[in-house]
Amino acid sequence: MKRFTQVVLGISAALVTMLVATAAFAQTANADALAFGERDKWIALAAGLGIAIAAFGGALGQGRAAGAALDGIARNPEASDKIFTPMILGLALIESLVIYSLIISILLLGKVH
Amino acid sequence: MGEETTWFEFLPGLHNLSEYLRAHLARTELGVGQFPSAWSMTHVWSVALVLTFVTIGALRFAGVVGRGGEAAIVPPAKFGLRNMFEMLTDAVLGIGESVMGPANAKKFLPLIGTMAFFIFFSNCLALIPGFAPPTAQLKTNVALAGTVFVMTHVYGLAAGGLGYLKHFLGPKLYLAPLMLPIELVSHIARPLSLSLRLLGNIAADHKVVSAFFALVPFLVPVPFLVLGMLVCIVQTLVFCILTMVYIQGAVATHDHGDEDHGHDEAEPGDVHHAKAAH
Repeated sequence: MKRFTQVVLGISAALVTMLVATAAFAQTANADALAFGERDKWIALAAGLGIAIAAFGGALGQGRAAGAALDGIARNPEASDKIFTPMILGLALIESLVIYSLIISILLLGKVH
Repeated sequence: MGEETTWFEFLPGLHNLSEYLRAHLARTELGVGQFPSAWSMTHVWSVALVLTFVTIGALRFAGVVGRGGEAAIVPPAKFGLRNMFEMLTDAVLGIGESVMGPANAKKFLPLIGTMAFFIFFSNCLALIPGFAPPTAQLKTNVALAGTVFVMTHVYGLAAGGLGYLKHFLGPKLYLAPLMLPIELVSHIARPLSLSLRLLGNIAADHKVVSAFFALVPFLVPVPFLVLGMLVCIVQTLVFCILTMVYIQGAVATHDHGDEDHGHDEAEPGDVHHAKAAH
C-alpha cells in the first residue's frame, strides 16, 4: 500500500505541476505599446547588441578556459578531480561578466515602452 | 524582473498582509511606480520558507548528532535529509580548508556554511514551478553581499587591528596614492559583483525554466532543470569561494609566511569524492 500511495502521489503531483504551471504561473505579460518611438528603437538595439557582444566574448573566454582544462586532463588524467573545481570556478567568473551585460539588457528592455 | 504569482497566493490572508505592509513600508518618493516589483513581499515569504526548511534539517541533524552513539558517527545508509546536510557541510568545510587553512575554515564555518545552505536552497526554489527564488531579487542578494562586505572588514579589523588599513595602501608605501583608489574601487566592486552575479544567473535561469514550463510542461523542461541544478550548485560554490578568498585576504597575517596559500592536494579531490560517493 505504501508503494501504491507513493505512485499515486507522484503522478498527481506531476499532473498538478503541469496543469498549474501552464495556466497560472506564467509571467505577467508586458503591455504592448502601440507606437514605437525613436528612443525605443535605440534602446532595443542597444539591448540586443549588448548581450550579443557579451555572449560572443564570454564564449571565447570560456572556450579557452575549458580548452586549457581539457589539455590538462589529457596530459594527466589522474589530476582531473583537481582540475575540475578550478575550471568550474573560472568558468563561473568569466560567465559573470556576461551576466552583468544580460542584466543591463533586461533593464533596457524594461525601459522600452 | 516582473511580478509573478506563486503558491504563496493560496495562503489565506497573505495578500492582506502584503497590502498592509505596502501601505506602511513602501517608499513612494523613489517612484515605486517606475519599478513595479520594487515593492513585493514574495521574496520574504520565499526566504521564510527556505529558512524554515534549513532550520528543520539542521535541527534534525543536530538532534541525531547530539544523541551520540553510533548513529552520530556512521552516515545513514539511505540518502536522506541528514545525509544531504552532512554532505553540504563537509563540502563547505573542505573547500574552506583548501582556501583558508583548517583553523580559519572552522572559525568561519558558521557564516559561510549558513550562506551556502541559504543560497543553495534559495537557488533550488528557482527550479520548482510556482515558487519565486529569493535570490532572483536584488534585495536578497545585496543583503547577502553586504553582509560579506561588512564582515570582511570586521574580521580584518579584529584580526589585524588598525594595521588592517595598510592593506589598502598596497605593497610599497610610495605607491600608496596610486593603490588607494584602486583598492577602494575593487573593494566596492566586490559586493556589486557578488550580488549581480548571483542575481543574473538565478533570475535568468528561473525565467528560462518558467518559459519552458509554460510552453510544454511534459519532458521538455528536463534538460533545463538539469542545467538549472548545475547553475544552482556552481553559483553557491562561486559565492562561497569568493567569500572565503575575501575573508582570507583580510584576515591573513604575514607572520607565518605563505602558509595560507594552502591549495592542498587532498582537498578538492576530497570534496569531489565526497560528492561522488553518495
